[in-house]
Amino acid sequence: MARVFMKGCEAIAEAAVRAGCRFFAGYPITPQNEIPEYFSRRMPEVGGVFVQGESEVASVNMVYGAASAGTRSMTSSSSPGIALKSEGISYCASARIPMVYANISRGGPGVGSIQPAQMDYFQATRASGNGGFQMMVLAPSTVQEAVDLTYAAFDYADRDRNPVLLLADGVIGTMMEPVVLPEMKSDAEIAAIKASKQPWACTGHKLDCAHRAWIQPGQWSTAVQQEKNEEAAALYLSWEKDVQAEEYLVEDAEVVIAAYGISARIGKSAVNQLRAQGVRAGLIRPITVHPFPYAAFDHIDYSRCKAVLDVEMSIPAQFVDDVAAAVKDRCPIRTCLCSGGNIMSREAVLAAVKSIMEG
Amino acid sequence: METNLCVAGFGGQGVMTLGKFLADATCNSTDKKVTFFPSYGAEQRGGTANCFVVISDDDIGAPLGDVMDDLIVMNGPSMNKFLHTLKPGGTLFINSSIVSGQIGRTDVKLVKAPVTELALEMGSAKVLNVIMLGVYVGYTEVIAPDVVWETIEHKLASKPKLLPLNKQAFEKGLELGRAQRG
Repeated sequence: MARVFMKGCEAIAEAAVRAGCRFFAGYPITPQNEIPEYFSRRMPEVGGVFVQGESEVASVNMVYGAASAGTRSMTSSSSPGIALKSEGISYCASARIPMVYANISRGGPGVGSIQPAQMDYFQATRASGNGGFQMMVLAPSTVQEAVDLTYAAFDYADRDRNPVLLLADGVIGTMMEPVVLPEMKSDAEIAAIKASKQPWACTGHKLDCAHRAWIQPGQWSTAVQQEKNEEAAALYLSWEKDVQAEEYLVEDAEVVIAAYGISARIGKSAVNQLRAQGVRAGLIRPITVHPFPYAAFDHIDYSRCKAVLDVEMSIPAQFVDDVAAAVKDRCPIRTCLCSGGNIMSREAVLAAVKSIMEG
Repeated sequence: METNLCVAGFGGQGVMTLGKFLADATCNSTDKKVTFFPSYGAEQRGGTANCFVVISDDDIGAPLGDVMDDLIVMNGPSMNKFLHTLKPGGTLFINSSIVSGQIGRTDVKLVKAPVTELALEMGSAKVLNVIMLGVYVGYTEVIAPDVVWETIEHKLASKPKLLPLNKQAFEKGLELGRAQRG
């Protein structure tokens, strides 16, 4: 397959189209504008629907509706816009509606800054809305990975009847990189996917009321609500099998960098530079940040590891909480942080590792 | 081997297009890793616009490094903003029509090209970026000139009448770049 040179946001949108996404609704916000812009041109070419909603709340609820009718559907936004969508996302999770959404995150809190950041980690992994629901959260560190994870996200969503979040950042969204695009699903394949949802989706009952679908974001009966929540809890536990992480030169490492997304690729380039200087550095990069790859941290040789270095574009640090839960006090944890829209500097990572090595 | 390039100028001088042509050509014609990262933000008309291109044999970390190997400066304000990012021994390419060659640094190589004047002489101020792309490729040979031209040709496929002028601009740039190579 030939490489094509694409912007992250556009590549995410094209990957979604190829995965069979035929409904997208969104609302403009930097730095994710190229996602709706791309869909607005592309959807008519494939017989899909693009809507620029009147707000984030409207667009996420349009996706709730389209996905309830069995169509692979997506929305996207950037940090404060994602916060506005939280009601609709929680409704989808409660009603067990499969949908995919992307957060091309920027500085926060509040309106924050329009430059890239990783300030939405807790929001993404802990509470993307009310009610304690969970989602698989996929965190790409290259444009190619953003494509591959977007393509896979629709399968996860349909398998689980649950929302899936692609957690990227303004660098991944706005940079261009060569990508190999996945296969385009045929109209027949897309129709088969939709048909497979017939048991629960609102695909039309043709006057056969026995087959009437009923989409509910809540329950009148406390007993039924508890039962639904128990089913959801069991689903979340089943994601253990879906954990993905990259472990790079961890076995003999004296310092292990823990990072995700854009910070991880900067961390990896720091590892390469350190190794060339004879410093035994390694990297653990969660690809799924929820479920989190806690077990990857058991592969560190703690008899020689001086510290784990948490590298993230968030002040205060957030990702470090999961890193600490994985390290379990087996070695110290240090941080290398930036925020406010500043992009992580490799020089800062190198300096942090050297300071650990010097003790 | 990794090359970090920053291209900076006024909004409207085509600095993004310059960077994109170079990065796209690298993607199309080589197995190298390449990234393009545009500045975005509260950019104002008449302010600086800039982009970063990284070309590497290995995986690329940040698509914008802290230290530049090469810097293309199309206007004065960009010089003030970015000159300090150029590493000692790096190469500075200036639009000498409007940027002074008195840069106050002796530890970098200086390549001058009066691209604004040359573009006007060719009949369109718009091709100054293509001339500068030619200068850069001619001087650095970071990738083969013919594949860069093929990319430009492909990008302009819907506007064939622009091709002769752009070809002239690119070749003039190559000539200027090659002439200043040590």
